[in-house]
Amino acid sequence: MLPAGGLRNAGARPDRCETGSGRDTSYATIRANVGFYSLMHDLNHRLAANLDEAFPEFVSAMRDPLYSGMRRLQPHDAEDLTQEAFIRAYQALKTYDPDRIRALKLNGWIWTIALNLGRNHARNKARRPTPAPLLDRHGVTDPDPVDIHGWDRRLSGLSPVQRKTVILRFIVGLTNREISEVLDRPEGTVKADIHRGLQRLRKTMEEEQ
Amino acid sequence: MNIEERLAQLKTAAPDTITEGVMLGTGLADGYAVFDSPIGDVIVAFNLNGVSAVDIADSRAGDRFTGRFHRKIIQAEPPRGWTDGIRRAIERGKPGTLPIDFRSVTDFQRQVLEEAARIPKGQVRPYLWLAQHVGRPNAARAVGSTMARNPVPLIVPCHRVVRSDGHIGEYSLGGPHQKRTLLEHEGINPDLLEQLARRRVRFIGSDTTHIFCQPTCSNARRITANHRVEFHAGGQAADAGYRPCKVCQPA
Repeated sequence: MLPAGGLRNAGARPDRCETGSGRDTSYATIRANVGFYSLMHDLNHRLAANLDEAFPEFVSAMRDPLYSGMRRLQPHDAEDLTQEAFIRAYQALKTYDPDRIRALKLNGWIWTIALNLGRNHARNKARRPTPAPLLDRHGVTDPDPVDIHGWDRRLSGLSPVQRKTVILRFIVGLTNREISEVLDRPEGTVKADIHRGLQRLRKTMEEEQ
Repeated sequence: MNIEERLAQLKTAAPDTITEGVMLGTGLADGYAVFDSPIGDVIVAFNLNGVSAVDIADSRAGDRFTGRFHRKIIQAEPPRGWTDGIRRAIERGKPGTLPIDFRSVTDFQRQVLEEAARIPKGQVRPYLWLAQHVGRPNAARAVGSTMARNPVPLIVPCHRVVRSDGHIGEYSLGGPHQKRTLLEHEGINPDLLEQLARRRVRFIGSDTTHIFCQPTCSNARRITANHRVEFHAGGQAADAGYRPCKVCQPA
């Protein structure tokens, strides 16, 4: 028998614990994360057992968070970069032995690839600038193609590393530890970046009102 | 709503084109597009290696593709420049500069298919001729089964390859009547071909030039009725003092 309180709380979103570290301790998030991580754990094994068969699953598990993050980091090239990151990931996995694939932390790993690609792409683009279209051809599927809610603008007020950290933490949903590995920065620094990044965003929004 | 929740709402669904692009870019799936042909709509499948398959555009085409090539197939835009290349290849019945993915066949089969692709439009050659031209005169039967497994009919024109006895024979893309349709479309009278085969006529010669040809060779078609000589075998023509045509190179 479940206590009455437990039942009452089951569907509702409980109060959040604001620790300033940005850690989301709501039950719904924890439950969703447990499901997601066990799925990812299985996925490691399936990728190791039969890469070609499991890879489409990997793509469908990762494409929305990857695209959502890239969309805020490099809006005009998000689609191409997301696609290319998956292709690079596949080519890399092809060369890995099963033990290495099983040991991979897929969530962070795909971001290491994507951020690398994004960096190289931005560098090449700076060398050979091409005019970026204001409304790209996929504007239809993008809920915020011209930044009507102002988030691209607000995020652009953050330092590059703060912006990356905040996007990876809240839009993509990586943990502090994953971000620390992806960006190769100590976890404490990641926490501080999140704290300062959120502070800055809050301030920007207050100024807007 | 606090700022973390508002950020979390910026999560958006990735466009479907990403998954397609990844599947094509990794080679896990081939793309396909539908093209018009003399025997109706066909699907043309392609990947990074080239055009991989041509098949009748019906509801089972996807299953047949996966059954044979063990890859998925998804509708997609062909790479830049390929759409025109495919249209032209179907129209002319030869690949031209269009890359073909021959990974699904053996080296021998590939050699045979590439040789078959050199048969001119509006002409036919027997299996045996093709076998001799790839240096395997005893492999006429293997040439026949290669034609049956041609992954890209219409583009590699296996419809221009006929039985060694001259009969039109089988066709992988919808059966013998489709082969007749295609040959007719190229200006060949299939009834005349069958008639020659029944009368065991293999070659046509001209008594003015003393040259003998494949019956569908462009030079044979210029021979007027009163100078036309029929042969049952190359030896018979040679004995009569005829030399083989340099264009169609009859045995």
